[in-house]
Amino acid sequence: MNSPIELQPDETFVLNVGPQHPATHGVLRVKMEMNGEYIVNAETVIGYIHRMHEKMGEMKTYPQFLMNLSRMDYLGALGYSHGHVLVVEKACGIEVPERAEYIRAIMVELNRVSSHLFWFGAFVMDLGGFSPLMYALQDREYILDMLEAVTGSRLTYCYFRFGGLYNDIDDDFINAARAFIPRMRKSLVKYRKLVTENVIFRKRLEGIAPLSQEMCRKYGASSAVARGSGINFDVRKNEPYSVYPEFDFDIPVYHECDSLARYNVRMDEIEQSLRIIEQGLDKLPDGPIMPAKKPKIIKPPAGDYYQAVETARGSFGVRLVSDGTNTPYRLKLRSPTYSNMHLFDEACRGMLIMDALAFMGSLDLVIPEIDR
Amino acid sequence: MSLTLINVIAAVIIAIAFAALNAAYLVWAERRGAGRIQRRPGPNINGPLGLLQPPLDGIKLMAKQLTIPGGADKVLFIAAPVLAMFPAIMSFVTIPFSENIVAKNMDVGILMIFAFASMGGLSLLFAGWSSRNKYSMMSSVRAVSQAVAYEIPMLITTITVVMIAGTTNLMEIVHQQSGSFLHWNIFPLLGEGHNLLMPMSFLIFFTCTLAETNRAPFDLGEAESELVAGFHTEYGSMGFGLFFMAEYANIVIGSSMTTILFLGGWGCPFGLLPGVWWFLIKLYFLIATFIWIRWTFPRTTIYGLLNLSWKILIPLSLFNLLFTAGLLKVF
Amino acid sequence: MVAYFSEIINGLISLVTGLGITFKEFISPPVTVSYPYETLKMCARYRGHIELLADEEGNPKCVVCGLCARACPSNCITLNGEKPEGSKKKVLTEYILDFTKCSLCGSCVESCNFGAVDFSKEYNLASTRKEDFIFDLLKRLEEKKK
Repeated sequence: MNSPIELQPDETFVLNVGPQHPATHGVLRVKMEMNGEYIVNAETVIGYIHRMHEKMGEMKTYPQFLMNLSRMDYLGALGYSHGHVLVVEKACGIEVPERAEYIRAIMVELNRVSSHLFWFGAFVMDLGGFSPLMYALQDREYILDMLEAVTGSRLTYCYFRFGGLYNDIDDDFINAARAFIPRMRKSLVKYRKLVTENVIFRKRLEGIAPLSQEMCRKYGASSAVARGSGINFDVRKNEPYSVYPEFDFDIPVYHECDSLARYNVRMDEIEQSLRIIEQGLDKLPDGPIMPAKKPKIIKPPAGDYYQAVETARGSFGVRLVSDGTNTPYRLKLRSPTYSNMHLFDEACRGMLIMDALAFMGSLDLVIPEIDR
Repeated sequence: MSLTLINVIAAVIIAIAFAALNAAYLVWAERRGAGRIQRRPGPNINGPLGLLQPPLDGIKLMAKQLTIPGGADKVLFIAAPVLAMFPAIMSFVTIPFSENIVAKNMDVGILMIFAFASMGGLSLLFAGWSSRNKYSMMSSVRAVSQAVAYEIPMLITTITVVMIAGTTNLMEIVHQQSGSFLHWNIFPLLGEGHNLLMPMSFLIFFTCTLAETNRAPFDLGEAESELVAGFHTEYGSMGFGLFFMAEYANIVIGSSMTTILFLGGWGCPFGLLPGVWWFLIKLYFLIATFIWIRWTFPRTTIYGLLNLSWKILIPLSLFNLLFTAGLLKVF
Repeated sequence: MVAYFSEIINGLISLVTGLGITFKEFISPPVTVSYPYETLKMCARYRGHIELLADEEGNPKCVVCGLCARACPSNCITLNGEKPEGSKKKVLTEYILDFTKCSLCGSCVESCNFGAVDFSKEYNLASTRKEDFIFDLLKRLEEKKK
């Protein structure tokens, strides 16, 4: 019992940052070989929450699969539903009324703000500041209340349908959304003063975990991971879909490649999402939310269809291979966090463990989305 | 038994009771303060305003099972929390709360308190090593290097104050700050030997107290979300309770040292209340600042913390020392 | 040299700004709703488990077409009906909802052409037994009638 710890050659020991850990945001296991406090090698082990969503996609009919998408990444659920609904509409050739498109865009952007707020709170909590989490969750409550009044759910929405929406929004939602935008802008100022300009926080993130552009391209990273390294790619601008060409918004890109750049990208994205919501509310047309002629049974013609959308975590793609029946032959979900996370193995060599966990927080991982 | 012996025993008992009561109810104050900062109530269910929460937590902790991990070094494992609590309580014996309320005023009061504070560092080492857990080891190594690094500027700043006062007797230091409000050591104008850098000494001493007691933003040793719970991961029940209480007792000692050295001890600017109340007001004001700072800032990295000490605080405090010594010699 | 000192001064200023923000939050009132001493009212579209709706006489509107059971992705709904003597329409005899599998997706509510099921506003549903979550919706309708 009193035997000493087994030392590998090179005097390293293996530390298991296990599936149950406060900092890994889900069930992720990281086997780290450490030399003192420096990481020599890390290996991420996933699969602890594999729920076979893609298999369910092959066995359930198209309307029955709608609710699975929200359970993949529960923080940014509406973006994922949007991707799935768009690919089936593309396959079947269903026309979506304009009002439904605008409402979808507004809802997805609200959800993106709420997801980024949660990421912000959890990230700063990982670094040791417990109060910004509470402030961020308090702001997020306003969004969740708004979305609950329309859809009925707070986290796992089942709101988008093929062709449009489940039910319409009313004036209460529009007034609440308009009141929310200046309040959120004031909160962003508060977060900037409390967190972004704080010297302890900056020292914690500046220069940590630089990711070069080649590494991002090698792993297929998207969203803030790529945009923090200078790659100007956003699916909403590069491969536009839905009604996004009508909106006027910028894509924040920073070139410093470190964790602070990724943090700044996401905070700026919140501001841009608020702009999109404002413009969406101004331009909202009247009209129906479901098309007049909608097929009773969804049976896309046989073929191979793909649609990518920009969710809070990156470029989410749905590939639908249909064989003409009412269940898909293959439904592949391309998870952005899967690509973002595997950067960690290579990038964390030689880092201190504190910095490695701060880096993991800046990647914005949601593990159920990796394991699907 | 002579009257002075009874006096001394009573004073020691009161000192220990004060330490224990503070350790228990500062937890309550911290939780309520943290709650209000985060726009939530804090404990308010047990008893009015949640005041029964600490005793109930103590009962819960005592009712739990005391586990010792297999393969752990039993002697060190059990000695570590005791070694953490013991110096904290013993230091209360020399702290003068007022003109008459002091258990035993010694001529080397400052030296004794700092000697006991250094013993606290040993307990970190024992706890981390004897737990036979890689997480505990790593965090106790960090905590010990932090404790060593921050003792130095604290002692240098104390020497500055001692040079101005000319004695290490705590009551004498307070007597020399009596007079008006502006005679306190923190203000650079009145009082002999004061110079413009006194507020900087106060800030350096305050930061070192934060770091010595393992409080955020320097709490790498314990409240990590990275390494679970740091050097006291393996401690349950009263072992953890003792570490917890020792931390708060250390906070009280650090704050009372700051009050005595820089804020004039029990000196009252307006003369309304007897001295001990002013001492307690200043003490709790400083402790409230500790709590305020903890819930605002994130944690520093280990090298940021050590850089802060070795590259910023030590040069500044050495410069302060030489400057004060020069001024005292010349004027 | 100047950078050394300006970094220290700017750092201190940022720390004090942060403290000021937390102080302002300290003196603001708490936003917590102390459940269970205070409760919030659920919004109109809140998705509790489904319930059967009754017409004017108090009978369920359900005609036992089975569309809801077929639409459900998780096979939660079991319903049975029988045709009484001399009537063309079926009458509902049993409607069981297995709430342990329900994901509140709303397919059943959406697929019903007769408006017979809708979401309830129930959320106080904690229990220690799994059997408590197999709801007999017809029995609940009868109890609500009384």
